[in-house]
Amino acid sequence: MNDLAGKAKAPDTSLDDIEIELFVRALKLRHGYDFTQYAPASLKRRVLQLAHAQEAATVSDLTTRLLHEPSFLPVALEGLSVPVSEMFRDPDVFLALREQVLPVLASYPQINIWQAGCAHGQEVYSLAILLEEAGLYERTQIYATDFNESALQQAQEGIYPAREAQLWSRNYLAAGGRHTLADYYSARYEFIKLDQRLRRNVIFANHNLVTDEVFCEAHLVLCRNVLIYFSDPLQDRTLSLFRDSLVRGGFLCLGTRESLDFAPSAGDFTPVDAARRIYRLGPRGAGKE
Amino acid sequence: MVTPQAIVIGCSAGGLTALESLFANLDPALPQSIAVCCHTGSATVELLCELLAKHASLPVEEARERAPMQGGVIHVAPSGYHLLVETSRRFALSVDQRVSFARPSIDVLFESAAEAWRDALIGIVLTGANSDGANGLLRIRQCGGIAVVQEPTNAESPAMPAAALERAGADYCLPLADIAPLLNRLCLP
Repeated sequence: MNDLAGKAKAPDTSLDDIEIELFVRALKLRHGYDFTQYAPASLKRRVLQLAHAQEAATVSDLTTRLLHEPSFLPVALEGLSVPVSEMFRDPDVFLALREQVLPVLASYPQINIWQAGCAHGQEVYSLAILLEEAGLYERTQIYATDFNESALQQAQEGIYPAREAQLWSRNYLAAGGRHTLADYYSARYEFIKLDQRLRRNVIFANHNLVTDEVFCEAHLVLCRNVLIYFSDPLQDRTLSLFRDSLVRGGFLCLGTRESLDFAPSAGDFTPVDAARRIYRLGPRGAGKE
Repeated sequence: MVTPQAIVIGCSAGGLTALESLFANLDPALPQSIAVCCHTGSATVELLCELLAKHASLPVEEARERAPMQGGVIHVAPSGYHLLVETSRRFALSVDQRVSFARPSIDVLFESAAEAWRDALIGIVLTGANSDGANGLLRIRQCGGIAVVQEPTNAESPAMPAAALERAGADYCLPLADIAPLLNRLCLP
Protein backbone atom coordinates (compact mmCIF):
# COMPACT_ATOMS: atom_id res chain seq x y z
CA MET A 1 0.00 0.00 0.00
CA ASN A 2 3.04 2.20 0.26
CA ASP A 3 3.54 1.77 -3.42
CA LEU A 4 1.99 5.12 -4.30
CA ALA A 5 2.76 4.86 -7.98
CA GLY A 6 3.75 1.78 -9.90
CA LYS A 7 7.42 1.63 -10.80
CA ALA A 8 7.97 2.70 -14.35
CA LYS A 9 9.65 0.27 -16.70
CA ALA A 10 13.41 0.43 -16.27
CA PRO A 11 14.87 2.53 -19.07
CA ASP A 12 17.81 1.20 -20.95
CA THR A 13 20.55 3.33 -19.41
CA SER A 14 23.22 1.52 -21.28
CA LEU A 15 21.61 2.68 -24.52
CA ASP A 16 22.04 6.30 -23.41
CA ASP A 17 25.64 5.56 -22.59
CA ILE A 18 26.27 3.92 -25.96
CA GLU A 19 24.74 6.85 -27.80
CA ILE A 20 26.79 9.34 -25.80
CA GLU A 21 29.97 7.42 -26.48
CA LEU A 22 29.23 7.48 -30.21
CA PHE A 23 28.47 11.19 -30.07
CA VAL A 24 31.75 11.92 -28.31
CA ARG A 25 33.60 9.71 -30.77
CA ALA A 26 32.03 11.52 -33.73
CA LEU A 27 32.99 14.88 -32.25
CA LYS A 28 36.58 13.71 -32.03
CA LEU A 29 36.83 11.97 -35.40
CA ARG A 30 34.92 14.54 -37.40
CA HIS A 31 36.04 17.76 -35.71
CA GLY A 32 39.06 16.97 -33.55
CA TYR A 33 37.43 17.99 -30.25
CA ASP A 34 38.29 15.37 -27.69
CA PHE A 35 35.84 14.93 -24.81
CA THR A 36 36.72 11.28 -24.23
CA GLN A 37 38.57 12.13 -21.04
CA TYR A 38 35.92 14.33 -19.51
CA ALA A 39 34.37 13.25 -16.21
CA PRO A 40 31.47 11.08 -17.41
CA ALA A 41 28.62 12.09 -15.07
CA SER A 42 28.52 15.79 -15.91
CA LEU A 43 29.37 15.17 -19.57
CA LYS A 44 26.34 12.90 -19.77
CA ARG A 45 24.11 15.58 -18.26
CA ARG A 46 25.37 18.12 -20.78
CA VAL A 47 24.87 15.89 -23.79
CA LEU A 48 21.35 14.96 -22.67
CA GLN A 49 20.61 18.63 -22.02
CA LEU A 50 21.86 19.51 -25.49
CA ALA A 51 19.58 16.85 -26.97
CA HIS A 52 16.69 18.26 -24.98
CA ALA A 53 17.44 21.86 -25.98
CA GLN A 54 17.71 20.83 -29.64
CA GLU A 55 14.48 18.89 -29.36
CA ALA A 56 16.33 15.84 -30.61
CA ALA A 57 14.53 12.56 -29.96
CA THR A 58 17.81 10.76 -29.31
CA VAL A 59 21.47 11.60 -28.85
CA SER A 60 22.09 9.73 -32.10
CA ASP A 61 20.18 12.50 -33.90
CA LEU A 62 22.79 14.92 -32.55
CA THR A 63 25.54 12.63 -33.80
CA THR A 64 24.08 12.69 -37.30
CA ARG A 65 23.99 16.47 -37.24
CA LEU A 66 27.59 16.59 -36.02
CA LEU A 67 28.65 14.48 -38.96
CA HIS A 68 26.66 16.19 -41.71
CA GLU A 69 25.82 19.72 -40.62
CA PRO A 70 28.90 21.95 -40.18
CA SER A 71 26.90 24.76 -38.57
CA PHE A 72 25.93 22.44 -35.72
CA LEU A 73 29.48 22.20 -34.33
CA PRO A 74 29.50 25.58 -32.52
CA VAL A 75 26.07 24.81 -31.08
CA ALA A 76 27.32 21.48 -29.76
CA LEU A 77 30.49 23.00 -28.32
CA GLU A 78 28.53 25.73 -26.60
CA GLY A 79 26.21 23.10 -25.13
CA LEU A 80 29.10 20.98 -23.93
CA SER A 81 30.97 23.80 -22.26
CA VAL A 82 28.03 25.55 -20.51
CA PRO A 83 30.25 28.28 -19.12
CA VAL A 84 28.71 29.65 -15.96
CA SER A 85 30.63 32.09 -13.81
CA GLU A 86 30.38 35.42 -12.10
CA MET A 87 32.70 38.36 -11.50
CA PHE A 88 34.84 37.96 -8.38
CA ARG A 89 33.30 34.54 -7.67
CA ASP A 90 34.66 33.46 -4.25
CA PRO A 91 35.68 37.00 -3.28
CA ASP A 92 38.13 35.76 -0.68
CA VAL A 93 40.18 34.16 -3.46
CA PHE A 94 40.49 37.51 -5.22
CA LEU A 95 41.33 39.11 -1.90
CA ALA A 96 44.08 36.53 -1.44
CA LEU A 97 45.35 37.20 -4.97
CA ARG A 98 45.37 40.91 -4.16
CA GLU A 99 47.16 40.51 -0.86
CA GLN A 100 49.42 37.50 -1.34
CA VAL A 101 50.11 37.08 -5.04
CA LEU A 102 50.16 40.54 -6.65
CA PRO A 103 52.84 41.88 -4.26
CA VAL A 104 55.13 39.08 -5.48
CA LEU A 105 54.21 39.59 -9.13
CA ALA A 106 55.04 43.28 -8.66
CA SER A 107 58.71 42.34 -8.53
CA TYR A 108 58.67 41.29 -12.19
CA PRO A 109 59.25 43.95 -14.86
CA GLN A 110 56.71 42.25 -17.13
CA ILE A 111 53.88 40.09 -15.79
CA ASN A 112 52.26 37.35 -17.87
CA ILE A 113 49.01 35.82 -16.67
CA TRP A 114 47.30 32.89 -18.32
CA GLN A 115 43.60 32.56 -17.67
CA ALA A 116 42.95 29.04 -18.93
CA GLY A 117 39.32 28.29 -19.76
CA CYS A 118 38.12 31.88 -19.59
CA ALA A 119 34.58 31.06 -20.79
CA HIS A 120 32.53 34.26 -20.96
CA GLY A 121 35.31 36.34 -19.46
CA GLN A 122 33.90 37.34 -16.09
CA GLU A 123 37.16 36.44 -14.37
CA VAL A 124 39.30 38.12 -17.03
CA TYR A 125 37.65 41.44 -16.26
CA SER A 126 37.85 40.75 -12.51
CA LEU A 127 41.56 40.12 -12.87
CA ALA A 128 42.10 43.23 -14.98
CA ILE A 129 40.35 45.34 -12.34
CA LEU A 130 42.46 43.77 -9.62
CA LEU A 131 45.66 44.57 -11.52
CA GLU A 132 44.49 48.06 -12.40
CA GLU A 133 43.85 48.84 -8.74
CA ALA A 134 47.24 47.43 -7.76
CA GLY A 135 48.93 49.71 -10.31
CA LEU A 136 50.31 46.70 -12.17
CA TYR A 137 48.11 46.50 -15.22
CA GLU A 138 50.31 48.61 -17.49
CA ARG A 139 53.03 45.98 -17.38
CA THR A 140 50.76 42.96 -17.45
CA GLN A 141 49.76 40.78 -20.36
CA ILE A 142 46.74 38.56 -19.79
CA TYR A 143 46.26 35.60 -22.10
CA ALA A 144 42.64 34.51 -21.91
CA THR A 145 42.05 31.20 -23.64
CA ASP A 146 39.14 28.87 -24.26
CA PHE A 147 38.33 26.17 -26.79
CA ASN A 148 34.87 27.56 -27.31
CA GLU A 149 34.98 30.25 -30.00
CA SER A 150 31.57 31.72 -29.26
CA ALA A 151 32.43 31.98 -25.55
CA LEU A 152 35.63 33.82 -26.51
CA GLN A 153 33.64 36.24 -28.61
CA GLN A 154 31.28 36.94 -25.76
CA ALA A 155 34.24 37.36 -23.43
CA GLN A 156 35.66 40.03 -25.73
CA GLU A 157 32.37 41.88 -25.84
CA GLY A 158 32.09 41.93 -22.05
CA ILE A 159 28.31 42.26 -22.07
CA TYR A 160 26.38 40.58 -19.28
CA PRO A 161 22.81 40.59 -17.97
CA ALA A 162 22.20 43.55 -15.66
CA ARG A 163 20.55 41.30 -13.08
CA GLU A 164 24.04 39.96 -12.23
CA ALA A 165 25.42 43.39 -11.35
CA GLN A 166 24.18 43.44 -7.78
CA LEU A 167 25.84 40.17 -6.77
CA TRP A 168 29.01 41.02 -8.66
CA SER A 169 29.21 44.43 -6.95
CA ARG A 170 28.96 42.74 -3.56
CA ASN A 171 31.64 40.25 -4.60
CA TYR A 172 33.88 43.08 -5.80
CA LEU A 173 33.68 44.86 -2.46
CA ALA A 174 34.22 41.64 -0.51
CA ALA A 175 37.30 41.06 -2.67
CA GLY A 176 38.77 44.32 -1.39
CA GLY A 177 37.65 46.51 -4.30
CA ARG A 178 38.68 50.14 -3.87
CA HIS A 179 35.86 51.81 -5.81
CA THR A 180 32.46 50.52 -6.83
CA LEU A 181 32.07 48.00 -9.59
CA ALA A 182 29.79 50.46 -11.40
CA ASP A 183 32.91 52.53 -12.13
CA TYR A 184 33.93 49.77 -14.53
CA TYR A 185 30.76 49.22 -16.51
CA SER A 186 27.99 51.11 -18.22
CA ALA A 187 24.42 49.89 -17.91
CA ARG A 188 22.05 49.94 -20.83
CA TYR A 189 18.60 48.41 -20.90
CA GLU A 190 18.91 44.93 -19.45
CA PHE A 191 22.66 44.71 -19.87
CA ILE A 192 25.93 45.93 -18.48
CA LYS A 193 29.01 46.39 -20.63
CA LEU A 194 32.44 46.24 -19.05
CA ASP A 195 34.76 49.16 -19.76
CA GLN A 196 36.63 48.09 -22.87
CA ARG A 197 39.81 49.77 -21.65
CA LEU A 198 40.06 46.83 -19.26
CA ARG A 199 40.72 44.72 -22.34
CA ARG A 200 43.71 46.68 -23.53
CA ASN A 201 46.23 44.16 -22.22
CA VAL A 202 44.21 41.03 -22.82
CA ILE A 203 44.82 38.67 -25.71
CA PHE A 204 41.89 36.34 -26.28
CA ALA A 205 42.94 33.16 -28.02
CA ASN A 206 41.60 29.75 -28.87
CA HIS A 207 43.40 27.05 -26.92
CA ASN A 208 42.21 23.60 -25.98
CA LEU A 209 43.62 22.26 -22.72
CA VAL A 210 42.88 18.72 -23.86
CA THR A 211 44.87 18.72 -27.09
CA ASP A 212 47.05 21.83 -27.24
CA GLU A 213 50.48 22.37 -25.76
CA VAL A 214 52.10 25.02 -23.57
CA PHE A 215 50.67 28.40 -24.44
CA CYS A 216 52.99 30.99 -22.95
CA GLU A 217 55.46 31.66 -20.16
CA ALA A 218 53.33 32.71 -17.23
CA HIS A 219 53.84 34.11 -13.77
CA LEU A 220 50.31 33.22 -12.76
CA VAL A 221 47.91 30.66 -14.17
CA LEU A 222 44.25 30.97 -13.25
CA CYS A 223 42.14 27.95 -14.03
CA ARG A 224 39.17 27.78 -11.74
CA ASN A 225 36.49 25.12 -11.98
CA VAL A 226 37.71 23.80 -15.30
CA LEU A 227 39.61 20.72 -14.16
CA ILE A 228 36.57 19.52 -12.20
CA TYR A 229 35.20 18.38 -15.57
CA PHE A 230 38.31 16.33 -16.37
CA SER A 231 39.12 12.71 -15.58
CA ASP A 232 42.12 12.05 -13.33
CA PRO A 233 44.62 11.51 -16.17
CA LEU A 234 43.46 14.61 -18.05
CA GLN A 235 43.56 16.67 -14.86
CA ASP A 236 47.11 15.48 -14.31
CA ARG A 237 48.16 16.22 -17.89
CA THR A 238 46.74 19.73 -17.63
CA LEU A 239 48.58 20.37 -14.37
CA SER A 240 51.83 19.36 -16.04
CA LEU A 241 50.97 21.77 -18.86
CA PHE A 242 50.65 24.52 -16.25
CA ARG A 243 53.90 23.44 -14.63
CA ASP A 244 55.69 23.73 -17.97
CA SER A 245 54.15 27.15 -18.59
CA LEU A 246 54.98 28.69 -15.23
CA VAL A 247 58.22 30.41 -14.38
CA ARG A 248 59.96 29.04 -11.32
CA GLY A 249 58.01 30.24 -8.29
CA GLY A 250 55.03 31.09 -10.50
CA PHE A 251 51.51 30.86 -9.08
CA LEU A 252 48.61 28.56 -9.88
CA CYS A 253 45.07 29.30 -8.75
CA LEU A 254 42.37 26.61 -8.98
CA GLY A 255 38.72 26.47 -7.89
CA THR A 256 38.18 26.37 -4.14
CA ARG A 257 36.71 22.87 -4.10
CA GLU A 258 39.14 21.20 -6.49
CA SER A 259 41.11 18.21 -5.30
CA LEU A 260 44.63 17.30 -6.36
CA ASP A 261 44.59 14.00 -4.46
CA PHE A 262 44.63 11.92 -7.63
CA ALA A 263 47.13 13.98 -9.64
CA PRO A 264 50.81 12.98 -9.39
CA SER A 265 51.77 16.37 -10.90
CA ALA A 266 50.39 18.07 -7.81
CA GLY A 267 53.73 17.26 -6.20
CA ASP A 268 55.33 19.96 -8.36
CA PHE A 269 53.32 22.62 -6.57
CA THR A 270 53.42 23.94 -3.01
CA PRO A 271 50.30 25.39 -1.39
CA VAL A 272 50.52 29.09 -0.62
CA ASP A 273 46.93 29.35 0.57
CA ALA A 274 45.57 25.81 0.60
CA ALA A 275 41.97 26.74 1.40
CA ARG A 276 41.82 29.06 -1.60
CA ARG A 277 43.73 26.62 -3.79
CA ILE A 278 46.61 28.97 -4.53
CA TYR A 279 49.89 27.19 -5.21
CA ARG A 280 53.45 28.01 -6.24
CA LEU A 281 55.54 26.04 -8.64
CA GLY A 282 58.36 24.26 -6.85
CA PRO A 283 58.91 22.21 -3.73
CA ARG A 284 58.28 23.78 -0.34
CA GLY A 285 60.67 26.67 0.31
CA ALA A 286 61.61 27.01 -3.36
CA GLY A 287 60.69 29.92 -5.54
CA LYS A 288 61.81 32.62 -3.11
CA GLU A 289 62.90 35.60 -5.13
CA MET B 1 16.42 -8.28 -2.10
CA VAL B 2 19.67 -6.36 -2.61
CA THR B 3 21.08 -4.81 0.54
CA PRO B 4 21.35 -1.05 -0.09
CA GLN B 5 24.90 0.26 -0.19
CA ALA B 6 24.25 3.97 -0.38
CA ILE B 7 21.69 6.54 0.71
CA VAL B 8 21.08 9.94 -0.87
CA ILE B 9 18.98 12.57 0.86
CA GLY B 10 17.53 15.84 -0.42
CA CYS B 11 15.88 18.68 1.46
CA SER B 12 15.57 22.45 1.46
CA ALA B 13 13.35 24.65 3.66
CA GLY B 14 13.20 23.11 7.13
CA GLY B 15 15.92 20.69 6.17
CA LEU B 16 18.36 21.33 8.99
CA THR B 17 15.93 20.32 11.75
CA ALA B 18 14.77 17.31 9.78
CA LEU B 19 18.32 16.13 9.10
CA GLU B 20 19.31 16.62 12.74
CA SER B 21 16.54 14.39 13.92
CA LEU B 22 17.06 11.82 11.17
CA PHE B 23 20.81 11.52 11.75
CA ALA B 24 20.44 11.37 15.53
CA ASN B 25 18.47 8.17 15.17
CA LEU B 26 20.56 6.32 12.63
CA ASP B 27 22.32 3.24 13.92
CA PRO B 28 26.03 4.15 14.31
CA ALA B 29 26.89 0.77 12.79
CA LEU B 30 25.35 1.62 9.39
CA PRO B 31 27.97 0.73 6.78
CA GLN B 32 26.27 2.62 3.91
CA SER B 33 27.67 5.72 2.22
CA ILE B 34 25.35 8.66 2.74
CA ALA B 35 25.23 11.85 0.67
CA VAL B 36 23.06 14.87 1.44
CA CYS B 37 22.02 17.75 -0.75
CA CYS B 38 20.49 20.52 1.34
CA HIS B 39 19.72 23.89 -0.25
CA THR B 40 21.24 26.59 1.92
CA GLY B 41 21.68 30.25 1.17
CA SER B 42 25.15 30.36 2.70
CA ALA B 43 28.49 30.46 0.92
CA THR B 44 29.82 27.34 2.62
CA VAL B 45 28.38 24.29 4.35
CA GLU B 46 30.94 24.39 7.14
CA LEU B 47 28.38 25.48 9.70
CA LEU B 48 25.79 23.01 8.41
CA CYS B 49 28.28 20.16 8.80
CA GLU B 50 29.15 21.32 12.29
CA LEU B 51 25.52 21.51 13.37
CA LEU B 52 24.70 18.13 11.91
CA ALA B 53 27.78 16.55 13.48
CA LYS B 54 26.52 17.57 16.90
CA HIS B 55 23.49 15.33 16.53
CA ALA B 56 24.54 12.67 14.08
CA SER B 57 25.48 9.18 15.13
CA LEU B 58 27.84 8.99 12.12
CA PRO B 59 30.69 11.31 11.06
CA VAL B 60 29.64 14.26 8.90
CA GLU B 61 31.90 15.91 6.35
CA GLU B 62 31.74 18.02 3.22
CA ALA B 63 31.84 15.86 0.09
CA ARG B 64 35.23 16.24 -1.60
CA GLU B 65 35.84 16.31 -5.31
CA ARG B 66 37.10 12.95 -6.70
CA ALA B 67 36.97 11.30 -3.27
CA PRO B 68 35.22 7.93 -3.00
CA MET B 69 31.85 7.81 -1.25
CA GLN B 70 32.93 6.37 2.06
CA GLY B 71 30.89 3.85 3.96
CA GLY B 72 29.58 4.95 7.34
CA VAL B 73 30.09 8.62 6.54
CA ILE B 74 27.55 11.38 5.88
CA HIS B 75 28.80 13.53 2.97
CA VAL B 76 27.30 16.99 2.52
CA ALA B 77 27.19 18.63 -0.93
CA PRO B 78 29.33 21.79 -0.98
CA SER B 79 27.62 25.11 -1.48
CA GLY B 80 27.56 26.53 -5.01
CA TYR B 81 28.41 23.27 -6.80
CA HIS B 82 26.37 20.39 -8.11
CA LEU B 83 27.47 17.16 -6.46
CA LEU B 84 27.52 14.11 -8.72
CA VAL B 85 28.45 10.48 -8.23
CA GLU B 86 30.48 8.84 -10.99
CA THR B 87 29.91 5.17 -11.82
CA SER B 88 33.25 4.62 -10.07
CA ARG B 89 31.28 5.77 -6.99
CA ARG B 90 33.54 8.73 -6.52
CA PHE B 91 32.26 12.27 -6.16
CA ALA B 92 32.45 14.85 -8.93
CA LEU B 93 31.53 18.53 -8.85
CA SER B 94 30.14 20.83 -11.48
CA VAL B 95 29.28 24.51 -11.72
CA ASP B 96 26.80 23.98 -14.56
CA GLN B 97 23.66 26.03 -14.54
CA ARG B 98 21.19 25.74 -11.71
CA VAL B 99 18.59 23.00 -11.88
CA SER B 100 15.20 23.91 -10.39
CA PHE B 101 16.85 27.19 -9.33
CA ALA B 102 19.28 25.26 -7.17
CA ARG B 103 22.97 24.48 -7.11
CA PRO B 104 23.60 22.03 -5.58
CA SER B 105 20.54 20.39 -7.04
CA ILE B 106 18.99 17.29 -5.54
CA ASP B 107 18.03 16.02 -9.01
CA VAL B 108 21.65 16.15 -10.15
CA LEU B 109 22.84 14.17 -7.12
CA PHE B 110 20.00 11.66 -7.29
CA GLU B 111 20.18 11.03 -11.05
CA SER B 112 23.92 10.44 -11.05
CA ALA B 113 23.80 8.34 -7.86
CA ALA B 114 20.98 6.25 -9.36
CA GLU B 115 23.21 5.26 -12.25
CA ALA B 116 26.21 4.64 -10.03
CA TRP B 117 24.46 2.51 -7.42
CA ARG B 118 21.54 1.12 -9.46
CA ASP B 119 19.31 -1.01 -7.21
CA ALA B 120 21.63 -0.67 -4.20
CA LEU B 121 20.49 2.90 -3.53
CA ILE B 122 17.93 4.48 -1.23
CA GLY B 123 16.74 7.99 -2.14
CA ILE B 124 14.99 10.16 0.44
CA VAL B 125 13.10 13.41 -0.13
CA LEU B 126 12.41 15.44 3.00
CA THR B 127 10.85 18.81 3.72
CA GLY B 128 11.35 21.58 1.16
CA ALA B 129 9.67 24.40 -0.68
CA ASN B 130 10.19 23.55 -4.35
CA SER B 131 10.13 20.52 -6.62
CA ASP B 132 13.84 19.70 -6.79
CA GLY B 133 14.42 15.99 -6.21
CA ALA B 134 11.25 14.77 -7.90
CA ASN B 135 12.94 13.87 -11.19
CA GLY B 136 15.90 12.41 -9.36
CA LEU B 137 13.71 10.20 -7.22
CA LEU B 138 11.98 8.93 -10.35
CA ARG B 139 15.37 8.05 -11.81
CA ILE B 140 16.29 6.17 -8.64
CA ARG B 141 13.10 4.10 -8.88
CA GLN B 142 13.67 3.46 -12.58
CA CYS B 143 17.12 2.12 -11.78
CA GLY B 144 15.68 -0.23 -9.19
CA GLY B 145 16.47 1.77 -6.05
CA ILE B 146 14.18 2.41 -3.11
CA ALA B 147 12.31 5.72 -2.78
CA VAL B 148 11.42 7.16 0.61
CA VAL B 149 9.41 10.37 0.95
CA GLN B 150 8.55 12.27 4.12
CA GLU B 151 4.77 12.46 4.50
CA PRO B 152 3.97 15.99 3.24
CA THR B 153 1.56 16.67 6.10
CA ASN B 154 4.39 15.85 8.49
CA ALA B 155 6.90 18.13 6.74
CA GLU B 156 7.69 21.68 7.80
CA SER B 157 7.48 22.58 4.13
CA PRO B 158 5.30 20.09 2.21
CA ALA B 159 5.89 21.18 -1.42
CA MET B 160 8.99 19.12 -2.09
CA PRO B 161 7.83 15.77 -0.73
CA ALA B 162 4.45 16.34 -2.41
CA ALA B 163 6.12 17.02 -5.76
CA ALA B 164 8.28 13.91 -5.36
CA LEU B 165 5.23 11.75 -4.61
CA GLU B 166 3.39 13.12 -7.59
CA ARG B 167 6.27 12.69 -10.02
CA ALA B 168 7.95 9.53 -8.77
CA GLY B 169 5.73 7.90 -6.18
CA ALA B 170 7.47 6.17 -3.31
CA ASP B 171 8.14 2.79 -1.81
CA TYR B 172 7.74 4.31 1.63
CA CYS B 173 5.91 7.50 2.59
CA LEU B 174 6.44 8.10 6.30
CA PRO B 175 6.54 10.72 9.01
CA LEU B 176 10.09 11.86 9.74
CA ALA B 177 10.31 9.94 13.03
CA ASP B 178 9.77 6.63 11.22
CA ILE B 179 12.43 7.14 8.54
CA ALA B 180 15.55 6.46 10.66
CA PRO B 181 14.11 3.18 12.01
CA LEU B 182 13.21 2.17 8.43
CA LEU B 183 16.76 2.84 7.28
CA ASN B 184 18.23 0.92 10.19
CA ARG B 185 15.98 -2.00 9.30
CA LEU B 186 16.70 -1.91 5.54
CA CYS B 187 20.42 -1.31 5.88
CA LEU B 188 21.61 -3.58 8.65
CA PRO B 189 21.90 -7.29 8.00
